[in-house]
Amino acid sequence: MAAAESSDSEEEDLVSYGCPLQPLQEGERIKKPVPLQEQTVKDAKGRYQRFHGAFTGGFSAGYFNTVGTKEGWTPSAFVSSRQKRADRAIFGPEDFMDEEDLSEFGIAPKDITTTDDFASKAKDRIKEKARQIAGVVAPIPGTTAFDDLIGPSKITIGVELLRKMGWKEGQGIGPRVKRKPCRQKPDPTVKIYGCALPPGLSEGSEDEEDEYQPENVTFAPKDVMPVDLTPKENVHGLGYKGLDPSQALFGVSGREHLNLFTGGSEETSNLLGDLRHNKGRKLGITGQAFGVGALEEEDDDIYATDTLSKYDTVLKDEEPGDGLYGWTAPKQYKSKKRPEREFKYIGKVLAGFSLASKPSAPIKIYPPPSLPRNYRPVHYFRPVVIDGNENCHLQKALEESTGKLESDPAHQSRHALTAAQRREQLGEAELKGPAPSILEYLSEKDRERLKEVKQASEQQMKAKIVSQQPPSSRFQSVSPEDVTLKWQRQLEGQLANAGSSDFKPFAKNPDKQKRYENFVKSLKKGEKGEALERFLDPNMTEWERGREREEFFRAAIFYRSSNSTLASRFTRAKYEDDVDKVEVPRDQENDIDDKETAVKMKMFGKLTRDKFEWHPDKLLCKRFNVRDPYPDSSIVGLPKVKRDKYSVFNFLTVTEPTTSVTQATNEKIQESSSLNKPKKSSRWDVSDKEKEKKDSISEFISLARSKADVQQQPPVPATEKCGTGTTETLPTVQVADEDKNQEEESGRPPMDLFKAIFVSSSDEKSSSSEEESDEEQQPTTSERASETPKQVEVPDSSSSNIQESVTSTTDSGISSLPTSKQEVDTTEEFGPKLPPAFSSGTTWQQQTVVPATSPGPSRKEKHRKIRERHKAKKERKRKKEKKRKHKKQKNKGKHKNKKSEKDSSSDTTDSSDSLSDMDTTGLSPKELLRRLKQLQY
Amino acid sequence: MAFPSPRPARAELPRQRVQTLQCGQGAVRAARFNADGNYCLTCGSDKTLKLWNPHKGTALRTYQGHGYEVLDAAGSFDNSQICSGGADKAVALWDVTTGQVVRRYRGHAGKVNCVQFNQESTVIVSGSIDSSVRCWDCRSRRPDPVQVLDEAKDGISSLKLSAHEILTGSVDGRLRRYDLRAGQLCSDFIGSPITSVCFSKDGQCLLASSLDSTLRLLDKDTGELLGEYTGHRSTTYRLDCVLNQLDTHVGCASEDGHVYFWDLLEGSLALRLSVGQGVVQSLDFHPRLSCLLVATQGQVTLWREDTFQGDPDT
Repeated sequence: MAAAESSDSEEEDLVSYGCPLQPLQEGERIKKPVPLQEQTVKDAKGRYQRFHGAFTGGFSAGYFNTVGTKEGWTPSAFVSSRQKRADRAIFGPEDFMDEEDLSEFGIAPKDITTTDDFASKAKDRIKEKARQIAGVVAPIPGTTAFDDLIGPSKITIGVELLRKMGWKEGQGIGPRVKRKPCRQKPDPTVKIYGCALPPGLSEGSEDEEDEYQPENVTFAPKDVMPVDLTPKENVHGLGYKGLDPSQALFGVSGREHLNLFTGGSEETSNLLGDLRHNKGRKLGITGQAFGVGALEEEDDDIYATDTLSKYDTVLKDEEPGDGLYGWTAPKQYKSKKRPEREFKYIGKVLAGFSLASKPSAPIKIYPPPSLPRNYRPVHYFRPVVIDGNENCHLQKALEESTGKLESDPAHQSRHALTAAQRREQLGEAELKGPAPSILEYLSEKDRERLKEVKQASEQQMKAKIVSQQPPSSRFQSVSPEDVTLKWQRQLEGQLANAGSSDFKPFAKNPDKQKRYENFVKSLKKGEKGEALERFLDPNMTEWERGREREEFFRAAIFYRSSNSTLASRFTRAKYEDDVDKVEVPRDQENDIDDKETAVKMKMFGKLTRDKFEWHPDKLLCKRFNVRDPYPDSSIVGLPKVKRDKYSVFNFLTVTEPTTSVTQATNEKIQESSSLNKPKKSSRWDVSDKEKEKKDSISEFISLARSKADVQQQPPVPATEKCGTGTTETLPTVQVADEDKNQEEESGRPPMDLFKAIFVSSSDEKSSSSEEESDEEQQPTTSERASETPKQVEVPDSSSSNIQESVTSTTDSGISSLPTSKQEVDTTEEFGPKLPPAFSSGTTWQQQTVVPATSPGPSRKEKHRKIRERHKAKKERKRKKEKKRKHKKQKNKGKHKNKKSEKDSSSDTTDSSDSLSDMDTTGLSPKELLRRLKQLQY
Repeated sequence: MAFPSPRPARAELPRQRVQTLQCGQGAVRAARFNADGNYCLTCGSDKTLKLWNPHKGTALRTYQGHGYEVLDAAGSFDNSQICSGGADKAVALWDVTTGQVVRRYRGHAGKVNCVQFNQESTVIVSGSIDSSVRCWDCRSRRPDPVQVLDEAKDGISSLKLSAHEILTGSVDGRLRRYDLRAGQLCSDFIGSPITSVCFSKDGQCLLASSLDSTLRLLDKDTGELLGEYTGHRSTTYRLDCVLNQLDTHVGCASEDGHVYFWDLLEGSLALRLSVGQGVVQSLDFHPRLSCLLVATQGQVTLWREDTFQGDPDT
């Protein structure tokens, strides 16, 4: 009860929406929804209506269950055609229309309209048009035209009234005017070409009218032609008219020229006469589309246009189109002046167009050239040069050498001329430019071959000269003088720069080249014979000299011609070939110097800021829930441009401060880098060797750093003292030794290899300490292994014990010591390093005790050593490294690709080293000593 | 009522050491709170990643699978996943509960210095010493990064994300902010190699620490210098800088074993917290509380404000 009450009160608090459902009566079941098939519809009289039946309106007609209701669509009752076949209803379009369609704004409004009798004439025009169209479309074209002709003329009441008032059709309405308003007249100066008006028509009436102006005659105002506002509904071109039915019927009709002057006034041609005239003709379809049949008498009218609108369909009271309105005056004053206006275009001008004021220039037609008498329409090819090994220049040179050149140049065919000769004939200026010889572009081999060819052909030619010297030739003998004379003659025009250009045909033989140059020089001066002879090698035989002379001459021509022709075609490249292009960001962060000064002045802001357009990847935007800022760009990242490829360094603008660490370390770095002759380009493409190098350097740097740190820290335990002591005793011999070792280091695989082999890395701390010991032991073992390089390294606990013992000697206060050897292992990185794992200054001291017995320190180590000496380093660290190197040597050639990871491995191992230090502090000094001794081996 | 509303409590800096976690994973390269600050991750140099409850001092889980030391880690917003980057050049996505590597993204050419999740933990952004920042898609199985941001001329030392920005600090001395929404890259020149960057909580300022032992607070929009904080020593190592939970103080680790706090506005040194002898390797500030996580050498310490009374449970 209580619960019920509470619920009641709750109900009062609630806000109710909508109307509540009928409360259920007692024992009443909840109504089930009526299934679709049981739903019924009653008509207005309460009768059940079936719907969706096939006979009551088809399936699914209308909105769901509304068919046959007041709201819905009413199907027409089915009427069996069996009995009532006769009175089948004839449906008009209205039967299928809705009520709205028949209303005022529907598609078929049923409103009151004026009947034809009362309709204005304007309406008539529309009708006329409609009739016209009907005439065209009708099955028998032209029939409607007859109907119109024969049908009684209906005159509206308004027209009748007007007529009674004296109005005539065609006139305007209003008071009569004294003179005709100025009519449209064409400019007499304008020549218009076109068809002449047929004489005899009353076209010229206007002209005459102008001349005759009776004073006491008044005119009715001109009828105003209503503007035709009928829309263009078809897809025909502007002004298109279909096939004219009348023309199709009669083939010919009075040629009707649309006239600008008469405007819309009707033509006064005699239609009936025309008809009569053509009576004998066969009725048929003629016209543009069908051409002219063979039986047609004349074919001149097919292009004429004719419409019924041009004919007067009213028999009485017609108004002449001449504007005289029935006035027929004697015509004797007609002057038959027919000026050039005759040649006018009389056709209709389309709206938006105007007649041309100037005639277009007539198209000139040139007759085809008359063929020469002996022309044969067969192309024949000129015979190919038979010895295919010569080029044309060579060929030419050979021809010239045979003395054919002696013939009059005028008789030479123009194909035989060289470019230079042609240039001379044309009087053109010589092309300027550096004259690189083509030989420069040729390879050494090609040049050689060319020479051979040349010489071979030379020989041939000589033979030819001897055998078939033309009798007309002036040079019967081949004396040197004659030869030179001949050559000179030929060279006359071309010698101007024969030897001056920078091509050297005999570059391979400097002596010969020199001789050649002198030869050409003297040749230019005009010396001949003996004078030229002296430039030739006196040590040669006569024959050889003759040959060389020939050669020189030929070279002078040959190289010259090719020289000039080529020079005109090529220019020297102004820039280096930029085949190697690289995509570079369009915007570069630049002028670091400015920025640095800005930073120094603490002028942050605009000076230090660079803003670039940057395109994030679409997916990245999606993942960041950010709208893509550049939705339609395909660029990702910074916009790139193609630039010349530079070296990697140009892109790696390593800023100065990058390497700036502390002052001291910086200096050290510089020292070290200067010692490292082949400077590493970037840290990513360094070779393995360099990496090793880097390693050692960085180790030393960090060693130095740690050293500095140690010195900075006041609570330095005794270990430091020990360290410094040992470094001072560093033997210099080691430097050299390490040099020897250098080659061996290169193949050293990374530390992890050993770990992978010997240690299960999954262990936790204990294992890691093992690793560390392993790490430590490796150097020691390797030291031993240096004597027996092939010996497989086995992790032995003893060595690790040694390490442990070593560490135990030192103070185990890890935390009390500052930065440490951990640092030592951090590889050189550009920028900040990882902090040392543990500040234990112990590890590197372990090795101070160990004398340097290793065979050879590397060259790289040498720098290190030197610096070490400088800085009074502890030698322990070095020792350790040395040991490592031994190991490297052992494992040379393995796992090169793993090398890149080496630095990190060393990091870890060293950090774990220190761990081991922590762990192994409980050894007795004696034990330690013993192991140390072991180490020495 | 008539009482004026109490002034907001002055931000108390963490001065009291409340927990020390002996991580036992070598050097702790990074210690990071998770998204809500209840847990923390420590990245060890022994290739492991550990999940802790730093407030109780309990180790929850160890994640093994990195090839070399782990350099940075971050937790997803729903604590279901962890991403980490290491010296093995790989970025790993871990499942927190199973402890397995869900995905491993390879593509960096060098050590991965820093990793971050985006807000919805759908993208991992990693910065490496190969001077590239790579955005990895966690949703798809595609092995290559969604986008590589290789504008930096030197290694990326630090990286932070906001809702629509990627902020990177590079050793080339530039702070680069990639604004995805605006489609812009803003590069601010600092000069000195940047070791750490962070956004202020209001997202208006950028804090950058660099190897010239200076922290700089820059206006995000204009790049103007708002403050400079010096006094600590940071010349060699990659050390973190932080802003406290209220943006009132700026903190930075130092190589001298201290953590320094400056007043953000005045720039005066507010606190010099002695943490240990060695270099303070990593710092992280609790997102809501005055609670600082400091990693030095092999241990991680948790610091709270003075007024903090330890949980009776712990």
